[in-house]
Amino acid sequence: MSVKILYFASLRETLGCAEETLESLPAGVTTAGGLREWLCARGGDWSALAPDKAVRAAVNQSLAQAASPLAEGDEIAFFPPVTGG
Amino acid sequence: MAVSVQHEDFDLAAETAALSAGRSDIGAIATFLGLVRGDGGLVAMSLEHYPAMTEKALAGIVAQAEARWPLQAVRVIHRVGRLLPGERIVFVGVASSHRAAAFEACAFIMDYLKTRAPFWKKEETPEGARWVDARDSDEAALARWA
Repeated sequence: MSVKILYFASLRETLGCAEETLESLPAGVTTAGGLREWLCARGGDWSALAPDKAVRAAVNQSLAQAASPLAEGDEIAFFPPVTGG
Repeated sequence: MAVSVQHEDFDLAAETAALSAGRSDIGAIATFLGLVRGDGGLVAMSLEHYPAMTEKALAGIVAQAEARWPLQAVRVIHRVGRLLPGERIVFVGVASSHRAAAFEACAFIMDYLKTRAPFWKKEETPEGARWVDARDSDEAALARWA
């Protein structure tokens, strides 16, 4: 099973990436916050996901918290605070 | 369909009329219409969204409103893509027996839409493009519904 990760708005532009697929959840990653830390550890532009940055997450198209659990096959999205309306 | 996400404009009168069409148990309709405000030489506003999540998020907000107030009909339309100053962005229409429920549910839906639905605005100005920052006051507005 793989996991799909999506990025939106300013975060997508900063990372130069709209979407990626991992073959499986990285070892030791079990939550949305854990995945964010793992991605941030790539360094460079990925520091846009650092803890002090305003980043929101969704798991399977529902807003998630750092502690929200992840499972193989999930679709996870990271994005800045929303500004619709 | 109570919720639509679309680039096309909508007919305000037709959408409002549809909320009570064919029924006589509705005493109040409250609507909100959001427009692109042309501040600071704004050329255009582009709205990005998360297609797989947007309608689900809006439907969830409508369901919360329906659980909280006695509503006979709800309609939410949010436009996406590139819009010009003065154009319509968002419509919320709520029908109920009495005005208090209609006013409150309409405000509730807008407050949640502003902070929980995955839309992002990017402004085009003569100096270039910039993403709009989220406002703390929008998040604070939710406190009144706690």
